[in-house]
Amino acid sequence: MVSHAGPRPSPLPKAERADFTLAPVGRGQGRDGDFEPHAASPSSGSGLQAGARTAGEGSSAARRRLQMKPLEPVAPHRRIALGVAFFVLFVLVWAAVTFGGFVSKTFLADPLTMLRSGWTLLAEMNFAYDIGMTVWRVLGGFVIAAALALPLGVAMGAYKPIEAFFEPFVSFARYLPASAFIPLLILWAGIGETQKLAVIFIGAFFNLVLMIAVAVGNTRRDLVEAAYTLGCDHRGVVRRVLIPGAAPEIAEILRMVLGWAWTYVIVAELIGASSGIGHMITDSQALLATDQIIFGIIVIGLIGLASDLLFKLGNRRLFPWAQIGR
Amino acid sequence: MSAPILSIRGVSRRFTSAHGDTLALEATDLDVAENDFITILGPSGCGKSTLLRIVAGLDRPSAGEVQLDGRRIEEPGADRGMVFQSYTLFPWLTVRDNVCFGLRERGLARAEQLDVAQAFIGKVGLTGFEQHYPKQLSGGMQQRTALARALANQPRMLLMDEPFGALDHQTRELMQELLLGIWEAERKTVLFVTHDIDEAVFMANRVVVMSARPGRIKLDRPVPLGYPRHYSVKTSPPFAALKAELMEQVRAEVLAAQQAVVA
Repeated sequence: MVSHAGPRPSPLPKAERADFTLAPVGRGQGRDGDFEPHAASPSSGSGLQAGARTAGEGSSAARRRLQMKPLEPVAPHRRIALGVAFFVLFVLVWAAVTFGGFVSKTFLADPLTMLRSGWTLLAEMNFAYDIGMTVWRVLGGFVIAAALALPLGVAMGAYKPIEAFFEPFVSFARYLPASAFIPLLILWAGIGETQKLAVIFIGAFFNLVLMIAVAVGNTRRDLVEAAYTLGCDHRGVVRRVLIPGAAPEIAEILRMVLGWAWTYVIVAELIGASSGIGHMITDSQALLATDQIIFGIIVIGLIGLASDLLFKLGNRRLFPWAQIGR
Repeated sequence: MSAPILSIRGVSRRFTSAHGDTLALEATDLDVAENDFITILGPSGCGKSTLLRIVAGLDRPSAGEVQLDGRRIEEPGADRGMVFQSYTLFPWLTVRDNVCFGLRERGLARAEQLDVAQAFIGKVGLTGFEQHYPKQLSGGMQQRTALARALANQPRMLLMDEPFGALDHQTRELMQELLLGIWEAERKTVLFVTHDIDEAVFMANRVVVMSARPGRIKLDRPVPLGYPRHYSVKTSPPFAALKAELMEQVRAEVLAAQQAVVA
């Protein structure tokens, strides 16, 4: 019933991610981690070419490069310019490779064709509906996972017997690849929305639980002791110290795992779906429409970027104290 | 001396680890009377902090017991306010909300909380900083807030575990004067752990010296200086005499502690 048609859901990003989930969610780390799995192969390719170009341009750039000091911050406007520059460079390399005829159109569409067929998709083939379905699935599955993972994660972080009870199983379960469950889930839940939500739930829930438990468990002991000497009881310590203290880190965890949920939903839609961005991509595969596939991928990237920015903005608003002195 | 409000009876503490047992605190007796300002002085690792933590209820004695107003201490409580050496303000709360923390736990109405908090923020000289977060404050200001937070709770006793230990010398002296002024006005009972002899003598009406590990009380001296105390007493002859005696005692303990490490 289930044939592995189309690009296989890559297990590699999952493995990479699994490594840094164990580490505390540092700010810079979370940022890198988000981008790496998605953009690993294309960016490293063009990064090499970029290096070659600047080296050829002369010694002034090279000297400036030498003047970089470790950990020295970048001015905000320069930071944005640099970030945009790489996008531009990326598209330039892509355009050069495709328009220059280095790569056959069958394998890789050029940027203009991609934009044109993207417009066709949106204007004539109701692609907006697919986008809407995908967003709905991601949010639905993610919200359910978060709603259940939050209380369990907090309970595990706060109470060590609860952690001892659940932690080994959750550690095991989070390494089960969500995509491997798809055949089973189709058997159990059909190919409807329940199955899509279930894939995202499995992908997000166990990771969320563990990371939230670690964040809560890392609360400074002296703050807990101070709360006790101020008259807190055990539940008060959980409510008024552990949870508010871990809240910004939990918000960061949610932001990161939401990013992963995006990869799960596409995988779920590649197999047995009648709508969604992933479904459009599978359809396009049959037609060798690489322009549409690329457009779909870029849309996913853009939505991911937007939700990430919104999340960051929200976190900054919600937890101004966590931003101080950073 | 009036009847003790705090009595420590035969309290000892033994830590058990993979490397074997360590006796951190030998059976210790100490009585603290109402309005006492007692400083506990000793070399590091002598168990003075352990003793204070047992009084706070944050640690359990291996033997013996501590009674506050005749009731055995089993766990931490709002009746023993504590100021720690590390900065323990809640970073997600402003100065005002940190000071309100215990009041809110007691279920006071918000308006009442703010009144009390404002008064204590004023007493520690932080008026105007109510809306600041701890990370925006210097170490000294954080410890003042911690003091206000502990005092606002109206504890029976104030326990202080080297609260000024991380501050620079000048800030530390100002903090001592501030604390002394508040104590003279509020007449709290204070148990204050330090390894700074000047600090111990300047504020206390009684100085207790502890021996090197295993800790026990070696010396218990009243301070022959009246209140209110001006910082100039630090250069007075009675101050110097007591300081000289304590210095000898503490020095002997530090040497003993070092020899114990070598041997």
